[in-house]
Amino acid sequence: MSVVLDRLRERFPSDVVSTHSDFGDDTALVRRERVVEILTFLRDNPDLLFDFAMDLTGVDYLGEEPRFEVVYHLYSLERKRRVRIKVRLHEDDPVIDTAVAVWPGIDWYEREAWDMYGIVFRGHPNLKRILMYEGFEGHPLRKDYPKARRQPTIGPEE
Amino acid sequence: MAVKPGKGGGTGYALTTLESLIAWGRKYSLYPFTFATACCGIEVMGAFGTHYDLSRFGAEVVRFSPRQADVLLVAGTINYKMAPVLKRIYDQMLEPKWVISMGACASSGGFYNNYTVLQGIDKIIPVDAYIPGCPPNPEGIIDAVVQIQKIIETGAPRAAERWPIK
Repeated sequence: MSVVLDRLRERFPSDVVSTHSDFGDDTALVRRERVVEILTFLRDNPDLLFDFAMDLTGVDYLGEEPRFEVVYHLYSLERKRRVRIKVRLHEDDPVIDTAVAVWPGIDWYEREAWDMYGIVFRGHPNLKRILMYEGFEGHPLRKDYPKARRQPTIGPEE
Repeated sequence: MAVKPGKGGGTGYALTTLESLIAWGRKYSLYPFTFATACCGIEVMGAFGTHYDLSRFGAEVVRFSPRQADVLLVAGTINYKMAPVLKRIYDQMLEPKWVISMGACASSGGFYNNYTVLQGIDKIIPVDAYIPGCPPNPEGIIDAVVQIQKIIETGAPRAAERWPIK
Protein backbone atom coordinates (compact mmCIF):
# COMPACT_ATOMS: atom_id res chain seq x y z
CA MET A 1 0.00 0.00 0.00
CA SER A 2 1.26 3.43 -0.81
CA VAL A 3 2.61 5.97 1.66
CA VAL A 4 0.32 8.72 0.39
CA LEU A 5 -2.91 6.81 0.89
CA ASP A 6 -1.77 5.47 4.29
CA ARG A 7 -1.04 8.96 5.55
CA LEU A 8 -4.35 10.18 4.21
CA ARG A 9 -6.36 7.41 5.88
CA GLU A 10 -4.52 7.83 9.19
CA ARG A 11 -5.22 11.54 9.31
CA PHE A 12 -8.79 11.53 7.91
CA PRO A 13 -10.28 8.11 8.74
CA SER A 14 -13.90 9.21 8.40
CA ASP A 15 -13.52 11.42 5.31
CA VAL A 16 -11.79 8.98 2.96
CA VAL A 17 -14.56 6.93 1.36
CA SER A 18 -12.40 4.54 -0.66
CA THR A 19 -8.92 4.25 -2.14
CA HIS A 20 -7.16 2.19 -4.75
CA SER A 21 -3.72 1.96 -6.34
CA ASP A 22 -4.59 0.25 -9.62
CA PHE A 23 -1.59 0.18 -11.98
CA GLY A 24 0.34 2.20 -9.40
CA ASP A 25 -1.99 5.20 -9.66
CA ASP A 26 -2.87 6.24 -6.12
CA THR A 27 -6.45 7.44 -5.99
CA ALA A 28 -8.67 8.46 -3.10
CA LEU A 29 -12.38 9.23 -3.07
CA VAL A 30 -13.10 11.70 -0.27
CA ARG A 31 -16.12 13.53 1.14
CA ARG A 32 -16.51 17.12 0.08
CA GLU A 33 -17.03 18.65 3.53
CA ARG A 34 -13.34 18.77 4.52
CA VAL A 35 -11.77 18.73 1.05
CA VAL A 36 -9.78 21.95 1.55
CA GLU A 37 -8.41 20.59 4.80
CA ILE A 38 -7.40 17.35 3.07
CA LEU A 39 -5.71 19.21 0.21
CA THR A 40 -3.85 21.48 2.63
CA PHE A 41 -2.68 18.39 4.52
CA LEU A 42 -1.40 16.84 1.28
CA ARG A 43 0.49 20.01 0.47
CA ASP A 44 2.04 20.56 3.91
CA ASN A 45 2.73 17.10 5.35
CA PRO A 46 6.55 16.64 5.24
CA ASP A 47 6.17 13.08 3.89
CA LEU A 48 3.90 14.13 1.04
CA LEU A 49 4.57 17.75 -0.04
CA PHE A 50 2.16 17.88 -2.99
CA ASP A 51 3.21 21.34 -4.05
CA PHE A 52 1.98 21.18 -7.64
CA ALA A 53 -1.72 21.01 -8.62
CA MET A 54 -1.32 19.70 -12.15
CA ASP A 55 -4.96 19.64 -13.14
CA LEU A 56 -8.52 19.78 -11.96
CA THR A 57 -11.27 18.24 -14.05
CA GLY A 58 -14.96 17.60 -13.79
CA VAL A 59 -16.78 14.41 -14.73
CA ASP A 60 -20.47 13.97 -15.48
CA TYR A 61 -21.83 10.51 -14.65
CA LEU A 62 -25.30 11.16 -16.00
CA GLY A 63 -27.82 8.70 -14.57
CA GLU A 64 -25.75 7.96 -11.48
CA GLU A 65 -26.18 9.56 -8.10
CA PRO A 66 -24.15 11.51 -7.10
CA ARG A 67 -23.92 12.76 -10.65
CA PHE A 68 -20.79 14.94 -10.75
CA GLU A 69 -17.23 14.31 -9.77
CA VAL A 70 -14.30 16.69 -9.28
CA VAL A 71 -10.83 15.20 -9.76
CA TYR A 72 -7.65 16.83 -8.43
CA HIS A 73 -4.42 15.65 -10.05
CA LEU A 74 -1.56 16.43 -7.71
CA TYR A 75 2.19 16.04 -8.08
CA SER A 76 5.00 16.39 -5.59
CA LEU A 77 8.09 17.93 -7.15
CA GLU A 78 9.91 17.14 -3.90
CA ARG A 79 8.96 13.44 -3.57
CA LYS A 80 8.24 12.72 -7.27
CA ARG A 81 4.82 11.24 -6.47
CA ARG A 82 1.38 11.63 -7.95
CA VAL A 83 -2.08 11.27 -6.44
CA ARG A 84 -5.66 11.74 -7.58
CA ILE A 85 -8.26 13.06 -5.16
CA LYS A 86 -11.88 12.58 -6.24
CA VAL A 87 -15.00 14.17 -4.77
CA ARG A 88 -18.56 13.26 -5.76
CA LEU A 89 -21.22 16.00 -5.92
CA HIS A 90 -25.01 15.71 -6.12
CA GLU A 91 -26.85 17.15 -9.11
CA ASP A 92 -29.12 19.43 -7.08
CA ASP A 93 -26.18 20.83 -5.09
CA PRO A 94 -22.99 20.81 -7.24
CA VAL A 95 -21.05 23.00 -4.82
CA ILE A 96 -17.54 22.47 -3.45
CA ASP A 97 -15.12 24.73 -1.57
CA THR A 98 -12.46 26.44 -3.68
CA ALA A 99 -8.83 25.34 -3.42
CA VAL A 100 -7.41 28.67 -4.62
CA ALA A 101 -6.10 29.35 -1.12
CA VAL A 102 -4.12 26.08 -1.27
CA TRP A 103 -2.67 26.47 -4.78
CA PRO A 104 -3.27 29.84 -6.48
CA GLY A 105 -2.73 28.19 -9.88
CA ILE A 106 -5.88 26.10 -9.54
CA ASP A 107 -7.93 29.25 -10.16
CA TRP A 108 -8.38 28.77 -13.93
CA TYR A 109 -9.00 25.02 -13.65
CA GLU A 110 -11.90 25.73 -11.33
CA ARG A 111 -13.24 28.31 -13.74
CA GLU A 112 -13.03 25.74 -16.54
CA ALA A 113 -14.93 23.17 -14.46
CA TRP A 114 -17.59 25.81 -13.77
CA ASP A 115 -17.79 26.74 -17.45
CA MET A 116 -17.99 23.20 -18.79
CA TYR A 117 -19.92 21.38 -16.02
CA GLY A 118 -21.56 24.05 -13.88
CA ILE A 119 -19.75 23.01 -10.72
CA VAL A 120 -19.77 25.90 -8.25
CA PHE A 121 -16.57 26.57 -6.31
CA ARG A 122 -17.62 28.33 -3.14
CA GLY A 123 -15.34 31.24 -2.22
CA HIS A 124 -13.65 31.45 -5.62
CA PRO A 125 -12.37 35.02 -6.20
CA ASN A 126 -13.52 35.28 -9.85
CA LEU A 127 -15.85 32.45 -10.82
CA LYS A 128 -16.87 33.25 -14.40
CA ARG A 129 -16.61 31.55 -17.77
CA ILE A 130 -13.11 31.03 -19.15
CA LEU A 131 -13.56 29.23 -22.49
CA MET A 132 -17.07 30.11 -23.65
CA TYR A 133 -18.29 33.68 -24.09
CA GLU A 134 -20.30 35.56 -21.48
CA GLY A 135 -23.64 35.23 -23.25
CA PHE A 136 -23.41 31.45 -23.56
CA GLU A 137 -26.20 29.53 -21.84
CA GLY A 138 -25.72 26.15 -20.21
CA HIS A 139 -22.65 24.00 -19.64
CA PRO A 140 -21.59 22.23 -22.84
CA LEU A 141 -19.70 19.21 -21.45
CA ARG A 142 -22.68 18.04 -19.42
CA LYS A 143 -23.93 14.83 -20.96
CA ASP A 144 -27.45 16.20 -21.31
CA TYR A 145 -26.33 19.25 -23.33
CA PRO A 146 -27.80 18.63 -26.83
CA LYS A 147 -25.07 17.85 -29.36
CA ALA A 148 -26.73 19.80 -32.16
CA ARG A 149 -27.68 22.85 -30.08
CA ARG A 150 -26.44 26.12 -31.57
CA GLN A 151 -26.60 29.42 -29.73
CA PRO A 152 -26.99 32.88 -31.29
CA THR A 153 -23.76 34.44 -32.53
CA ILE A 154 -22.85 37.45 -30.44
CA GLY A 155 -21.92 40.46 -32.58
CA PRO A 156 -19.26 43.09 -31.82
CA GLU A 157 -20.50 45.12 -28.89
CA GLU A 158 -21.50 48.61 -30.00
CA MET B 1 -7.55 47.25 -73.65
CA ALA B 2 -6.24 47.88 -77.13
CA VAL B 3 -2.52 48.72 -77.32
CA LYS B 4 -1.00 50.25 -80.45
CA PRO B 5 2.81 50.13 -80.48
CA GLY B 6 4.59 53.03 -82.16
CA LYS B 7 6.60 52.54 -85.37
CA GLY B 8 10.31 51.92 -85.01
CA GLY B 9 10.13 51.29 -81.28
CA GLY B 10 8.69 54.74 -80.49
CA THR B 11 6.00 55.46 -77.92
CA GLY B 12 2.52 54.25 -78.79
CA TYR B 13 -0.86 54.69 -77.16
CA ALA B 14 -3.53 52.59 -75.50
CA LEU B 15 -7.30 52.82 -75.71
CA THR B 16 -9.39 51.81 -72.73
CA THR B 17 -12.15 52.89 -70.38
CA LEU B 18 -11.46 54.36 -66.98
CA GLU B 19 -13.26 51.47 -65.28
CA SER B 20 -11.14 48.79 -66.91
CA LEU B 21 -7.94 50.76 -66.24
CA ILE B 22 -8.78 50.97 -62.54
CA ALA B 23 -9.75 47.29 -62.52
CA TRP B 24 -6.45 46.43 -64.18
CA GLY B 25 -4.56 48.34 -61.50
CA ARG B 26 -6.59 46.83 -58.69
CA LYS B 27 -6.29 43.25 -59.80
CA TYR B 28 -2.48 43.29 -59.68
CA SER B 29 -2.21 45.09 -56.34
CA LEU B 30 -4.44 43.15 -53.97
CA TYR B 31 -3.27 43.67 -50.40
CA PRO B 32 -4.28 40.65 -48.33
CA PHE B 33 -5.03 40.64 -44.62
CA THR B 34 -4.40 37.15 -43.27
CA PHE B 35 -6.71 36.05 -40.48
CA ALA B 36 -4.92 32.79 -39.72
CA THR B 37 -6.21 30.81 -36.76
CA ALA B 38 -5.19 27.22 -37.55
CA CYS B 39 -3.06 24.98 -39.77
CA CYS B 40 -4.31 26.82 -42.88
CA GLY B 41 -2.10 29.70 -41.73
CA ILE B 42 0.98 27.54 -42.33
CA GLU B 43 -0.11 26.96 -45.92
CA VAL B 44 -0.61 30.72 -46.31
CA MET B 45 3.02 31.20 -45.32
CA GLY B 46 3.96 28.63 -47.95
CA ALA B 47 1.98 30.53 -50.56
CA PHE B 48 3.83 33.77 -49.78
CA GLY B 49 7.20 32.00 -49.80
CA THR B 50 9.61 31.69 -52.70
CA HIS B 51 8.38 28.32 -53.98
CA TYR B 52 4.79 29.29 -54.76
CA ASP B 53 5.47 33.04 -54.78
CA LEU B 54 2.10 34.75 -54.60
CA SER B 55 3.81 38.00 -55.62
CA ARG B 56 3.59 36.79 -59.22
CA PHE B 57 -0.09 37.74 -58.91
CA GLY B 58 0.60 41.05 -57.19
CA ALA B 59 -0.83 39.91 -53.86
CA GLU B 60 2.27 39.58 -51.73
CA VAL B 61 2.11 42.79 -49.69
CA VAL B 62 0.51 41.53 -46.49
CA ARG B 63 -1.15 44.31 -44.52
CA PHE B 64 -1.56 43.73 -40.83
CA SER B 65 -4.01 46.58 -40.53
CA PRO B 66 -7.48 45.89 -41.93
CA ARG B 67 -7.70 49.57 -42.93
CA GLN B 68 -5.01 49.08 -45.58
CA ALA B 69 -6.15 45.70 -46.90
CA ASP B 70 -8.29 44.73 -49.91
CA VAL B 71 -8.67 41.00 -49.37
CA LEU B 72 -9.55 39.29 -46.10
CA LEU B 73 -8.02 35.81 -46.16
CA VAL B 74 -9.74 33.81 -43.43
CA ALA B 75 -7.54 30.76 -42.87
CA GLY B 76 -8.65 28.45 -40.11
CA THR B 77 -11.27 27.55 -37.54
CA ILE B 78 -13.48 30.40 -36.34
CA ASN B 79 -15.23 29.72 -33.05
CA TYR B 80 -18.11 31.68 -31.57
CA LYS B 81 -15.80 33.61 -29.30
CA MET B 82 -13.67 34.70 -32.28
CA ALA B 83 -16.64 35.50 -34.53
CA PRO B 84 -17.20 39.09 -33.23
CA VAL B 85 -13.49 39.82 -33.75
CA LEU B 86 -13.66 38.63 -37.38
CA LYS B 87 -16.82 40.66 -37.99
CA ARG B 88 -15.22 43.78 -36.58
CA ILE B 89 -12.09 43.35 -38.70
CA TYR B 90 -14.27 42.92 -41.79
CA ASP B 91 -16.19 46.08 -40.87
CA GLN B 92 -12.93 48.02 -40.50
CA MET B 93 -11.79 47.24 -44.05
CA LEU B 94 -12.37 49.91 -46.67
CA GLU B 95 -14.50 49.38 -49.78
CA PRO B 96 -14.06 47.71 -52.17
CA LYS B 97 -13.15 44.57 -50.27
CA TRP B 98 -13.17 40.86 -50.98
CA VAL B 99 -13.19 37.82 -48.71
CA ILE B 100 -11.53 34.44 -49.25
CA SER B 101 -12.68 31.58 -47.04
CA MET B 102 -9.82 29.13 -46.88
CA GLY B 103 -10.26 25.49 -45.89
CA ALA B 104 -13.04 23.30 -44.56
CA CYS B 105 -13.23 24.99 -41.14
CA ALA B 106 -13.72 28.55 -42.34
CA SER B 107 -16.09 27.46 -45.10
CA SER B 108 -18.36 25.12 -43.14
CA GLY B 109 -17.01 24.44 -39.66
CA GLY B 110 -15.15 21.40 -41.02
CA PHE B 111 -15.22 18.38 -38.76
CA TYR B 112 -15.84 20.61 -35.73
CA ASN B 113 -19.60 20.07 -35.66
CA ASN B 114 -19.97 21.14 -32.04
CA TYR B 115 -21.10 23.82 -29.62
CA THR B 116 -18.11 26.09 -30.02
CA VAL B 117 -17.26 26.42 -33.74
CA LEU B 118 -19.01 28.76 -36.15
CA GLN B 119 -20.45 26.61 -38.97
CA GLY B 120 -18.96 28.64 -41.81
CA ILE B 121 -17.89 32.29 -41.81
CA ASP B 122 -20.59 33.08 -44.41
CA LYS B 123 -22.99 33.06 -41.45
CA ILE B 124 -21.55 36.45 -40.45
CA ILE B 125 -19.68 37.95 -43.44
CA PRO B 126 -20.06 37.67 -47.24
CA VAL B 127 -17.53 35.38 -48.95
CA ASP B 128 -16.31 35.80 -52.55
CA ALA B 129 -14.15 32.70 -52.95
CA TYR B 130 -14.02 29.40 -51.11
CA ILE B 131 -10.98 27.12 -51.08
CA PRO B 132 -11.68 23.44 -50.38
CA GLY B 133 -9.19 21.28 -48.51
CA CYS B 134 -8.01 20.53 -45.00
CA PRO B 135 -5.69 22.34 -45.26
CA PRO B 136 -5.65 23.39 -48.93
CA ASN B 137 -2.22 23.55 -50.52
CA PRO B 138 -0.79 26.92 -51.63
CA GLU B 139 -2.04 26.34 -55.18
CA GLY B 140 -5.55 26.63 -53.74
CA ILE B 141 -4.73 30.11 -52.44
CA ILE B 142 -3.32 31.11 -55.82
CA ASP B 143 -6.50 29.82 -57.46
CA ALA B 144 -8.65 31.90 -55.11
CA VAL B 145 -6.60 35.04 -55.78
CA VAL B 146 -7.03 34.46 -59.53
CA GLN B 147 -10.79 34.07 -58.93
CA ILE B 148 -10.81 37.44 -57.16
CA GLN B 149 -8.83 38.94 -60.05
CA LYS B 150 -11.48 37.63 -62.47
CA ILE B 151 -14.25 39.20 -60.37
CA ILE B 152 -12.41 42.53 -60.53
CA GLU B 153 -11.61 42.24 -64.24
CA THR B 154 -15.14 41.38 -65.33
CA GLY B 155 -16.86 43.76 -62.94
CA ALA B 156 -18.92 40.89 -61.52
CA PRO B 157 -20.81 41.76 -58.32
CA ARG B 158 -18.98 41.14 -55.08
CA ALA B 159 -20.53 38.87 -52.47
CA ALA B 160 -21.10 41.93 -50.28
CA GLU B 161 -23.51 43.30 -52.91
CA ARG B 162 -25.64 40.15 -52.64
CA TRP B 163 -25.59 40.22 -48.83
CA PRO B 164 -27.32 38.98 -46.79
CA ILE B 165 -28.24 35.82 -48.68
CA LYS B 166 -31.94 35.20 -48.21
